[in-house]
Parts: sequence; C-alpha cells; structure tokens
Amino acid sequence: MAYFIQQLINGLTLGAIYGLIAIGYTMVYGIIGMINFAHGEIYMIGAFVSVVTYLILSALGLGYVPLVLLVMLMTSMLFTSVYGWSIERVAYRPLRGAPKLAALISAIGMSIALQNYVQLTQGARVKALAPVISGGITLMESDGFTVHLSYLQMFICVLTVVLMVGFSFLIDKTSLGRQQRACEQDRTMASLVGVNVDRTISMTFVMGAALAAVAGMMVTLYYGVVDFYIGFVAGMKAFTAAVLGGIGSLPGAMLGGVLIGLIEAFWSAYFTIEYKDVAAFSILVLVLIFRPTGLLGKPEIEKV
Amino acid sequence: MSESTNPIRAARSPLKTIVIDACLTAFVVLILAIPFIGLKSDSVGTSLQLVTRWPLMFAVIGAMVAGRVLLNLWRMRPSAAPSAKGGKGVGATLSAWGGSHIKMIGVVAFVAAVALPFMPFSNRYVVDIATTFLIYVMLGWGLNIVVGLAGLLDLGYVAFYAVGAYTYALIATQLGWSFWLCLPLAGLFAAMFGIMLGFPVLRLRGDYLAIVTLGFGEIIRIVLTNWVDFTKGPDGISGIPRPSFFGAVFSRSAPEGVTTFADLFGIAYSSQHRVIFLYFLILALAGVTNLFTLRMRRLPTGRAWEALREDEIACRSLGINPTNVKLSAFALGAMFAGFAGAFFSTRQGFVSPESFTFIESAIILAIVVLGGMGSQTGVVLAVFALVILPEWFREFEQYRMFLFGAAMVLIMVLKPTGVMGHREPTIRLHPPGKPGEQPEVVQ
Repeated sequence: MAYFIQQLINGLTLGAIYGLIAIGYTMVYGIIGMINFAHGEIYMIGAFVSVVTYLILSALGLGYVPLVLLVMLMTSMLFTSVYGWSIERVAYRPLRGAPKLAALISAIGMSIALQNYVQLTQGARVKALAPVISGGITLMESDGFTVHLSYLQMFICVLTVVLMVGFSFLIDKTSLGRQQRACEQDRTMASLVGVNVDRTISMTFVMGAALAAVAGMMVTLYYGVVDFYIGFVAGMKAFTAAVLGGIGSLPGAMLGGVLIGLIEAFWSAYFTIEYKDVAAFSILVLVLIFRPTGLLGKPEIEKV
Repeated sequence: MSESTNPIRAARSPLKTIVIDACLTAFVVLILAIPFIGLKSDSVGTSLQLVTRWPLMFAVIGAMVAGRVLLNLWRMRPSAAPSAKGGKGVGATLSAWGGSHIKMIGVVAFVAAVALPFMPFSNRYVVDIATTFLIYVMLGWGLNIVVGLAGLLDLGYVAFYAVGAYTYALIATQLGWSFWLCLPLAGLFAAMFGIMLGFPVLRLRGDYLAIVTLGFGEIIRIVLTNWVDFTKGPDGISGIPRPSFFGAVFSRSAPEGVTTFADLFGIAYSSQHRVIFLYFLILALAGVTNLFTLRMRRLPTGRAWEALREDEIACRSLGINPTNVKLSAFALGAMFAGFAGAFFSTRQGFVSPESFTFIESAIILAIVVLGGMGSQTGVVLAVFALVILPEWFREFEQYRMFLFGAAMVLIMVLKPTGVMGHREPTIRLHPPGKPGEQPEVVQ
C-alpha cells in the first residue's frame, strides 16, 4: 500500500510536467490544426534556459531559494516564449494554407534543427545540477516502506495547479482568450469580425512555449540532469497525453498528462522500467484506434 | 514575414521599413542568442560553470541582421513588384526538362552506374560511397511509394528497415540460411509488419498516422535494444555471413567443397571483388524498386494511390476502398525497406539498434520530401544533396544535422511540394492542350 501511494505521488508529479507540455500541443492543434512537432524541443530549451539562469544566479551569489525559483521561472518563460514565437514566425506562418503534411515536415525539420542547435551551442554532455530544493516530509510508514513527499514534488504540483487556474482564467475570461477561442472555431469568420488572427496564433505559440518552459524548469529541478535529447521522448509522451485527453481540449490535456504520468510510474514500478516508453506509445496507438477523439474531445466532422 | 505585403506598412518608405525590420530582427535574435550562444554551461569536473561567448553572439546577430536586410532588399527589388509569384522557378524548369528527357536520363544514369566500378578513378572508397548512395536511393524510392504516391506520412519507416536487417541477421546466424533465401523472407517479414501496423491505424487522419508510425518506430527500436535474449540487445549481432555469388564465396581460400569467386572466373583474388559485387547487388535491388514503382503507378492500384493522395472523400465515393489501397502502399513500401535492410546487414556484417533511430527515418523522409514527393529522379538528386555532399564536407560533420533540419524547413517554406515536385497524375486521359489523344505518361 505504501509503495502504491509513493508511486501515485511520483506519477502525479510526472503527470503535472507532461500535462503542461501537452497544453502547448493541444492549443496549437486546436487553433491551426497542426502537430507542433518542435514543441518537445521548446520544453528542452526551457530546461536549458533555467540551467543557465541558475548558473548566473549562483555566480552572483544568490542563494535565497524562493527568489532563485522565481527568477528561474520568469527567465525561462520569457526566453522560451520568444523561441516559440520565432518558430511560428519562421517555420509555420509561411505555410499557413499549404498542405498539412508540408507544415508537419517543416515542424520536424525545426525540431531536428533546434535539437542540434542546442547540441552545438551547449555541448552534447549531460548537464547535472545540484538540487535546489531538498528535503521533504514523511507521510506514512507501513511494511517497512516509507512514503516520502519531497518539497520539490509539492512545489511542482502546486505550481502546476496555480498555472492551470491562471491559464483557464486567461482562456475563459480575457479578451485574448475569447479571440483565441474564436480563431479555433473559424479563422476566417474571426478575422471578419476584427480579430487579428496572426497575432492570436502567435500568442498561442507564446503561451504554449511559456508553459513548456515551466515544465522544462521543473524537470531540471526534479531530475537534476538535462541534455539536448530530452525533448524528443517528452514531446512524444506529451503529445500522447494531448491525444488521450482529446486534442483541442485544455482540461483533457491536463487529464491526459496526469494519466500518462501515472501509467508510466506504475509501469516502471510493477513491470519493467525498460519498456516504460513502449507502454506510453502503445497507449497512444490504442487510444487512436479505439477512441480517436480522446477522453474529453469532441468528434471531428469532416467537411468537403 | 508578411510586413512587406501589408499595404499599410508598404506605404512607408522602403528604407525605414528595412531599418525597423533590421532592428526588430536584431532584438529577437539577441534574446534568442543570449542563453544559448552568449552563455554556455560547461562541465568542469562534477559541477557546471558558466562560459561567455559574447563576440560569437554578436557575430551571429550581425549575420542574421545582414541576411534579413538582404532578404528585404531582394524582395523590394523593382522587378519583383509586378509579379511576385509569376515565372517558373528553377525546380519547375528542371523538372519540366527532366520530364521530357526522362528515358534518356535514366539510361545514361544506369550505364554510368554500371560502369562506375570499372572506371580508372574508382577505388574501394568510391564504390563504398556509391553503395551507401544506392541504399538511400532504394529506401527513398521505397518510402516514395508510401509518402509520395499514397500521401501517407510515415515517420517510422526505419522500423521496417530494421525488421529486414534483423530478419537476415538472425536467420543467417541462427539457422545458417543463405542470403538469397533470406532476402525474400526479409521483405516478407517487413511487409507483414507493415500490414500488422497498418491495418488498425490506416483509418486515421494524416498527422495522427505520422505520430503513430513514429511511435511504432520507437517501439521497434526499444524492443530491439531490450530483448537481449533474442536480439543481443544494444551490443548488436555480429558475424553476419556475407553473400555468395551462386555459391562461390568472396575470400582468398574457400573451405572444402566450395569454390571462391576468383577461382570460378580464373582471375587473381582481390578484396575489391566483394565490394563491387555488393555494389551491383544494391544497384539491382534499387533498379527493381524503381521499375516496380514506375510500373505500379500505371496499374489500377497505383492510380488509386495517387487519387487517394489527392482526395480521399472523392475516392471513397467512387468505390475505392481507402483502407485496402493504403494498406497495399504501406506493405509494399515496407517490403522494399525490408530488402534494403537485409542488404544493409549483409554488407555491414553487423547490426545494432543504433542504426535504426528516428533520425534515420527523418533522413529518408527528408530525401523524399526534398526530392519532391512522388518524383523518382528527385529522390536521386536529394540523396546526392543529403548523403553524399556531407560525405565530402567531413569537417562540417557536427553542423550536418543542424543544417539538415534547417534545410527541411527552408525547402518547405519556399516550395512546399519539394524541389522536383509535381503533382501531376502519372496517367492522364486528356492531357492539357491535347484533347482526345492517347493517354500521356508522366514520369
């Protein structure tokens, strides 16, 4: 039982991270109907920015943990969203209206280019970081197994919830959110009633990138190691999460992320750790076959 | 990107536009560059340290701004104003010229390929590179069936290549069957995997299909890495037998009851023989792939592929079963990957999961896309650009994949149909401008 609860905690933490990335996929898919294949790289870039920020802060001698976390959060969100904006501008905007496959291939190219760009500029070696937040609390003890909830896990889960609440508010209540939902429903119509579609799409990429940057920062703190290749697998899993929850649906993305995180944690705990990626990919295949609209998605009507 | 086409902004003086644009570019590139080019985290011992590279960063920003200014000047050149999109591009002209001389080009290329190993300048290195070239050409042609003709985006093509390679490697090392027996088996197994994967997922829309095939490719690789009892895991399988020439082996001395290739023809032994033999083998395999595709495109199935690529709903209403048609394209594409895989493993004598990563899939896809989806000639040119050119510029090895990805983006942005891309159907009942004549064949 204690082991189960421990895995539940680990899975939820992991799921929060996947969920934040999945939101980026789901929003972009909702608004322009393409899989932003480079989104995993955005997350990786967010992780690297937070590593560099941390190094700057420690070089400056700043050691007050909440301030360090806040600065890391802000800078990684800021710099990474500029990356998100530029990627849309360079690789996707010229292809608006082109065949879907062209945009997807451009996205794959962008993903390869970004991955190698980071490898070239930051080196191929794994970056290891000393833990910023350590310690935790012991929740319960049974059968000689202690359930441990670290402060870091608490921080990740709380931050995710806060971001989700803020983000839902942004989409539901603000004018930007309204414009975005309008574009999602019908881009032409939205532009006719005065919505700046290009700007709205850019903002979608910026928001998705900012959330992915938070996920990148969390992963840097959580695992303490970062390399240029982390974006690929995490991106795949987050995409699976977005599809599982129903692509285009924001609560769905979060739910899907949590489910994927739980599945991965339990699979690693009770089966084999080597095949945990296989588990995630198999779920993707199964979901697409049996319920292509996902758990919370709306069925898509094909128009001629 | 769209400022210059915006009528309100275009009313500004060109100089002002360029300056503002340059400043914006500089600002954005500055933000992009600070955490990656300006600052670098370097591992010193066990801890990380910060290294600054400001001169490099400013050089990069300068280069980007200069490029942006030149691009704007190019866009604003006086001749560009009247017809922004008019005129034929180089690619279109090339493909039109290629289209009318295709037979001749094909024959010349084939003769040149056959003659290559006997040229005075050709040595082991040249033949080796040519063999690699042909492997990629074959894979490109195989994937062209799936992506170019049927319009299904397959991001896990390398999985079928891996299935072919491991089929031969396992059967040859475990059961000792000959290459010629295993070659069809490898193709068959790969095609079976194609059907197994394709049957459930081919109902999905294009981009979902892409992700599922990507996932499948990863699953195959992970299984090959972790199923150690069966595949020897990450160490790979070594000592894979080399093919023989109708029973004659390529070695200096043969075991009892077997002749060597050199004895069979009464010529002096040379290690070059096997290399040349392998070269001709892949030339034949690639040739078969090409002929098969060209013939297939004129058959009902091939025409259904092209029709399906253009409009699935129209096809369905005309009584074409999309799933079966897609499945045939998927299985045939997989089969050729299987053949190429068997060849790969007999050539290397060693296979490991390392050779079958996603990047390999992406390279093959880029070949097809760069060449222009559906163009057989385009694939050859693209392999030249993507596989052979990097071979010459070895010193830029580390920039290779970066440039590669950037090139994929650039080509898609400039020409979403590929360099030699044309989406003409292979057979037209009434060619444009010539009503009522014989069906014209476009290759």
